[in-house]
Amino acid sequence: MEAMSTSVPIGTALTAGTAGTAGTAGTAGTAGAVGYAAVAAQILVVVAGAPLLTGWMRQVRARLEGRAGAGVLQPWRDTRKLLRKESITPVGTGPAFRAAPALLVATTVVAAALVPLLSTDTPVSSHADLIVVVALIALGTFALALAGLDTGTAFGGMGASREMTIAALVEPTILLSVFALSIPAGTTNIPAIVSGAAHEPARLASPAGLLAAAALAVAVIAETGRIPVDNPSTHLELTMIHEAMTLEYAGPDLALVELGAQMRLTLLLGLLSSLFAPWAIATSGSWAALAIALVAFAAKVCVLAAVLAAAEVLWAKVRLFRVPELLAGSFLLALLAVAASYFLNGAGS
Amino acid sequence: MSAIPVALATATGLGGAGALAALVVPHRARVPLVGALTAGVGAAGAAVGVTALTGTHWSAEFPNVLPLGGTYLAVDALAGWFMTIAGAVVTAVAVYGVGYAAGRPARRPAPECRAPGPGVPGPGVRGLGSRGAQAVLPLFALSLLLVPVAASVSTFLALWEAMALGSLLLVLADHRERPAVRRAGVWYAVMTHLGLVLLLTGFALFAADAGGETFAALRAGAHTLSPGVRGLVFVLVALAFTSKAGAVPLHTWLPRAYPEAPDPVSALMSATMVNLGVYGLVRTGFDLLGGGTAWWWLGVLALGGLSAVYGVLQAAMASDLKRLVAYSSSENMGLVLIGVGASGLFAAHGDRPQAALALAAALLHVVNHSAFKALLFCAAGSVVRATGLRDLDRLGGLRARMPWTAGLFALGALGAVALPPGNGFVSEWLLLQSLIHGLRVPGVAVAVVLPLSVALVALSAGIAAAAFVKALGVGFFARPRDERAAAAREAPPLMLVGAGLLAVGVVALAVAPGLFADGLGRAVSAATGPTGGGAPRGGGELGVRLADVSARMSPLWVVAALTAATLLAAGLPRLLARRRRRRVHARLWDCGGGAPTPRMAYTATSFAEPLQRVFDDVLAPEQDVDITPVRESAYLVDRVRFQRSVPDRIEHRLYEPVLRGLDRAGRAARRLANGSVHLYLGYGFAGLVVLLLALTTGW
Repeated sequence: MEAMSTSVPIGTALTAGTAGTAGTAGTAGTAGAVGYAAVAAQILVVVAGAPLLTGWMRQVRARLEGRAGAGVLQPWRDTRKLLRKESITPVGTGPAFRAAPALLVATTVVAAALVPLLSTDTPVSSHADLIVVVALIALGTFALALAGLDTGTAFGGMGASREMTIAALVEPTILLSVFALSIPAGTTNIPAIVSGAAHEPARLASPAGLLAAAALAVAVIAETGRIPVDNPSTHLELTMIHEAMTLEYAGPDLALVELGAQMRLTLLLGLLSSLFAPWAIATSGSWAALAIALVAFAAKVCVLAAVLAAAEVLWAKVRLFRVPELLAGSFLLALLAVAASYFLNGAGS
Repeated sequence: MSAIPVALATATGLGGAGALAALVVPHRARVPLVGALTAGVGAAGAAVGVTALTGTHWSAEFPNVLPLGGTYLAVDALAGWFMTIAGAVVTAVAVYGVGYAAGRPARRPAPECRAPGPGVPGPGVRGLGSRGAQAVLPLFALSLLLVPVAASVSTFLALWEAMALGSLLLVLADHRERPAVRRAGVWYAVMTHLGLVLLLTGFALFAADAGGETFAALRAGAHTLSPGVRGLVFVLVALAFTSKAGAVPLHTWLPRAYPEAPDPVSALMSATMVNLGVYGLVRTGFDLLGGGTAWWWLGVLALGGLSAVYGVLQAAMASDLKRLVAYSSSENMGLVLIGVGASGLFAAHGDRPQAALALAAALLHVVNHSAFKALLFCAAGSVVRATGLRDLDRLGGLRARMPWTAGLFALGALGAVALPPGNGFVSEWLLLQSLIHGLRVPGVAVAVVLPLSVALVALSAGIAAAAFVKALGVGFFARPRDERAAAAREAPPLMLVGAGLLAVGVVALAVAPGLFADGLGRAVSAATGPTGGGAPRGGGELGVRLADVSARMSPLWVVAALTAATLLAAGLPRLLARRRRRRVHARLWDCGGGAPTPRMAYTATSFAEPLQRVFDDVLAPEQDVDITPVRESAYLVDRVRFQRSVPDRIEHRLYEPVLRGLDRAGRAARRLANGSVHLYLGYGFAGLVVLLLALTTGW
């Protein structure tokens, strides 16, 4: 029992460090100009690419349904139109309602800076903790739910109530998947997980990796409010979840809310692709690698989005009270992933 | 070296002076004076704690002070950690309490109970402002600070009981105004004394076998105990301490006592008294009993997981604002117990660094919980004071009328939901890290328990978010659902200052947890022994660095990045817009049916309905629909009455059968006492004979 005790060095629980230093958490932390460029590119590609991705999904869907579709650029046109309109404050709403859209976008931007979408070697990579990213995304949900309640209408409350219920049930799945992914890497630091998987692709093909991927995919669908959990294009009060919360928004605020939702989808699909298909992500500070990563990122996310759009054509939205069953299933997958990961990694050694 | 006894003596002197002042000084000056002295008690206690956290030890014995046992005192870093928390909270709440009790209006107007006649005294005479309650307040504050100082069983138990009695008297402060207070008082008195009996039995067993009742003697004698006795001692003591911490299944006093106690007392109890349950568990389990076997800590882990999820589910269902906040204490103490249990489990498997990490997470969550919970109770108290309402279904719209209070509650809620800029997130992150990295500890039990613990922590965090969205969104946002909520006014300045002090603490804990690293490291090593590492240093970051794992998070940078991004996201669209346009006000969407009324808004009950349906089997809500038809026809409905309640199921299933059994036994025993003196003499004789027989044959 006492065999492996005190010889292990520990800097107890809390360690020091001046906040700016780029530390090493699995990856080499010599990020120069390329690192900063990578962070900026990640933010930019999520902000600018999100409407395009939504347009792409709508286009795929339209073609599969035999329609012509409005074109990939349509969401950008919508955003431009909304931004030009005047800001409208519904009577009786307060600061929470006004701040929520910006906060939603902000949480996604910060998360986009942290997640290694393009490069694992950035100035912020040592702080890119998976739990922090998950919590940042949850913060956006939290802010939007409060805004929904702030309107004081039945719709707002209904949407907030449903959204928080689903968010609460998704949380265990996400954190258990995080757990499963962090076992082989020995850390919850995303760049370390990603670069570890890139160097050792067998991790991804292992049962643990596949199970975690499946569990996380369901969680991502629930978090972004896609079919079968929520239907982003419905405005029927019986079925609305996300749309009900944001019903009172108009003009630039609505533009931010929609952009935020699109960015979340892009970010989470990007996170999935980084975790489970980490190829071509830049692991060193070279411009060429960054350019390749950018192209690869676009391709991976477009493929994922096309698959999701195709699935949405085939599936129907499930009833609200059937959603917990779906999430319980994904939770089970995540639990199996942890168990598999534990036993396949030599039982804790 | 001499700072600790001086500060301790100061605290004791101020506490005594406060009690005396409350009895002597007329009521106009009473509340401010007692409040100032109580704040002094808190400050002196915090000074002792901080001194102890810098690494100073102090101990003393006064063999003649307490009869039979004498008094033994000792302050180490572990005691210092809890004293610092208690002292800081006491100081802030004392300031808050002055504002609360001084200009106390006739809140909770209950004309049916007591008509305000000419003989009714002015504000601040009944309730918390009364002479008796004000005399108890400084003594209760003092006992909260002194419990961790005790270094012998009798000293500890005496102080523990003083704390329990003090809190009981304060819970009962409003007993004249509301009968519910009396019921809550009875529950609390019974439960806390049940705990005392368990403690007394456990410690008596321990002390008898270890050969001494000072903590030093217990520590030395713990290894001579047989494993069975040690296990029994631990089970008894752990049950008592987890009951004080509000953990399931001995939690039933908590959701009754907190809502009914005066609000500053709720804040004190939930932010400091529950911590002492954790202190007792850590002190006895790690320090006195010296670790122990894995099953002890698996039990603690199970209790913690159960409390976390059950507490937060009940909080999500509650529509009483203070009950919601009270149940959230059960949840957070559950999380702390998960950390303590995991730490014990790792230590039992011999992995000391991992054990230190888990215990550090637990202790950090203790301080975070204290900060945001005291703040939440203070803000909730301001609401209750201003409106006389605790029912979330009737509140609403307070952010316009009580902006400061709403802001303070929002800050506390952010801490409670474990999301990034809040302080609760910091310690939950550390807790999750300690659990995730605990898998390298060998053992199948560990491999099964840790993933489940992670899932329970995650689920409780998710439901906590729903619960506090409900409390904040329904209680403070939207529009008022009752005229009393519509007529609310902002709390007086002193209450805001008191709550503001707590808010400063919350922000400091959220942004710069590294400041507390030194003290935390010493407190942890005081409990688990040397952890085998260099002394941690302070800083703006939070990190975990074990042999083969590492993780870092910097709350300060997260806050800065979020603020910058929010400002940018709010500002850019305005710059991009071609013309500057002012915000236009417009009606809410009303489906063409006329302006929506506050009655159409979602209430707390409706908000919680989906979650209640999902957890139907766990919560077992009771529903009752009563339809009265018109006399002429059974098809025309005259009146529909709908009633639904979500009772505490553990209480239902566990306590009510016991209470019914006791009641039945009592009735049956009545036949034994029929008033005949001969019979009673016969009982005495029979008892004596049986005793003598037992003595002669058995021993």
